[in-house]
Amino acid sequence: MSEGTLYDKVWDRHKVTRLPTGQDQLFVGLHLVHEVTSPQAFGMLKERGQEVAFPERTHATVDHIVPTGNRDRPYRDEAAESMMAELEANVRGSGIDFSDPDSGDQGIVHVIGPEQGLTQPGMTIVCGDSHTSTHGAFGALAFGIGTSQIRDVLATGCVAMEKQKVRRIEVTGELGEGVTAKDIILTIIGKLGTDGGVGYVYEYAGEAIEDLGMEGRMSICNMSIEGGARAGYVNPDETTYEWLKGTDAFADDPEAFERLKPYWESIRTDGDAEYDDVVTIDGSAIEPTVTWGTTPGQTAGITEPIPDPDDLPEEDRDTAKRAQKHMRVEPGDTMEGYDIDVAFLGSCTNARLKDLREAAAFVEGREVDDDVRAMVVPGSQRVRDAAEAEGLDEVFKEAGFDWREPGCSMCLGMNDDQLEGDEASASSSNRNFVGRQGSKDGRTVLMSPIMVAAAAVTGEVTDVREMEEVATV
Amino acid sequence: MSSPEFSDGEAPAEKVTEVSGTGIPVRGNDIDTDQIIPARFMKVVTFDGLGQFSFFDQRFDDEDNEKDHPFNEEQYRGANILVVNANFGCGSSREHAPQALMRWGIDAVVGESFAEIFAGNCLALGVPTVTADQEDIEALQDYVEANPDAEVDIDVAAETVTYGDTTIDATVHDAQRKALVEGVWDTTALMGANEGAVRETARSLPYVPAEDVPGDGA
Repeated sequence: MSEGTLYDKVWDRHKVTRLPTGQDQLFVGLHLVHEVTSPQAFGMLKERGQEVAFPERTHATVDHIVPTGNRDRPYRDEAAESMMAELEANVRGSGIDFSDPDSGDQGIVHVIGPEQGLTQPGMTIVCGDSHTSTHGAFGALAFGIGTSQIRDVLATGCVAMEKQKVRRIEVTGELGEGVTAKDIILTIIGKLGTDGGVGYVYEYAGEAIEDLGMEGRMSICNMSIEGGARAGYVNPDETTYEWLKGTDAFADDPEAFERLKPYWESIRTDGDAEYDDVVTIDGSAIEPTVTWGTTPGQTAGITEPIPDPDDLPEEDRDTAKRAQKHMRVEPGDTMEGYDIDVAFLGSCTNARLKDLREAAAFVEGREVDDDVRAMVVPGSQRVRDAAEAEGLDEVFKEAGFDWREPGCSMCLGMNDDQLEGDEASASSSNRNFVGRQGSKDGRTVLMSPIMVAAAAVTGEVTDVREMEEVATV
Repeated sequence: MSSPEFSDGEAPAEKVTEVSGTGIPVRGNDIDTDQIIPARFMKVVTFDGLGQFSFFDQRFDDEDNEKDHPFNEEQYRGANILVVNANFGCGSSREHAPQALMRWGIDAVVGESFAEIFAGNCLALGVPTVTADQEDIEALQDYVEANPDAEVDIDVAAETVTYGDTTIDATVHDAQRKALVEGVWDTTALMGANEGAVRETARSLPYVPAEDVPGDGA
């Protein structure tokens, strides 16, 4: 068993007791709520005549079903309207803060938590959403839960969990030109597999991780679940603290920052900590990386050939064969030049200001390919506002991108933003499952925001490093 | 079928010591939650009626014609034990996935391995997720295919799956087994009993203001 890691320390600080099942009862420091997975939990609570135990430790927003175009109420989609109305009634009736679209604070739940300073080091954070692992970027223990567990948290402020093993993933060296956090995590999942992290929490460390800003760390922790790990984290450091200082929680309250900093420092992994497993990856060898299949583990560097299923471990062959048939790719080819119809820049993985800035810098002075519909969906209203203040929206619109309102959008196609027929998308999101983007014949190629920008411009999967710089006016 | 025995607690914690019935095989590794229930069917505020959407896009084409899928096949009607391969239920945390399967009629899932959140969600519904070796699972899938009417018995406490003359050595994760066998899988009731200790833990955390802990500042 691990000892002295951030995971061990945060676990111990939040452990209430050992349950008769052998699980530990953990206090939840922050419970984030959205409209898709919570209504049934509030319903169960009501059935049992119980109230929300810790409303002040709970925060809600709407992201999955919210339209990214016309947002006049009632929403044109009746199902979306009823989910929104249900959420409003549930949270307002319970005294839960709600970052709704009128607040200017609405956005994808994993974007708004960090930007408002709700997400802090050393917290336990849960949400009925598997990408809750995102918040681990701040040195929090953050994981997704199911609806019955949401009921647990609403009713008791706690979750029942078993302690997991800790794998340290050390990414050494400096990243090359055109290589981003997204390429790191796609490479990790490609190497360790989509179930390699089952039973583990991932601690991301090493020079290449430490060099990343908070946005990059969030992209990596976000996709821990795609590697089977329910949670992933990065130890808090000066980069973390700089971000926190600018948030609502601490911008006007430097005393609170100083008061909490010793706690944050205390939960950092010890120098002599013990891990259940350690994996080292050479960050300097990572290329811009994309998926060629229908799981996030089916990845290749942009210059690497798509593998022959028969060369893969036996248990991966069938999945690979089905994936290649669905994607219409051939072993031996690279993904470079794969035609795309849609470019989607958005999602809780990659729709923060830095992601938009990098993509905009590439797009400026270029045009979206005639055969591509391209959209940018900012992660939150604050991201949207900040991007507009910098004129990024104009850059994208001039190039031919659709500039939309914040939400989960085409990551999972629960609103109107969906693939049609067998369209192929270059997507900055996190899942390339069959049907994920709203069409069961749709094809998704996961990649970084700048690679999405490059694909939008050329109409095909493109090695962003091969694109000449465009002189900006 | 599992035998309902209600505990004395306020919530209906049912002991699930064994599950018997007929099997239905769904083959393939990495069957994700988007396949088990596509997101468009999650635009609902209850879990009622989700059963019919299980594996929907695997079962129907664009014109709503049935495709080849075990969930469409007559011989598996009434089956309650789903037999799957590796990393079943990977992807999202949506409880809609096990809810859909349960409402279809699935009482237990046997497979090579399961994604963690999926297995946890199954437990919250009292649906065991039982694992066994690849060879044993494939043999069980073959058997069920050849004998769709034959009985399959899962003994949760003894960690075995029995069919025909064969008994497989299976695994039911410790905490899950204890919870199911002792009927303590309703964690809301379990944890609700420790209210005092919860407040104490909350108060000990430097980031939790006193007024956030009920009974303190209010």
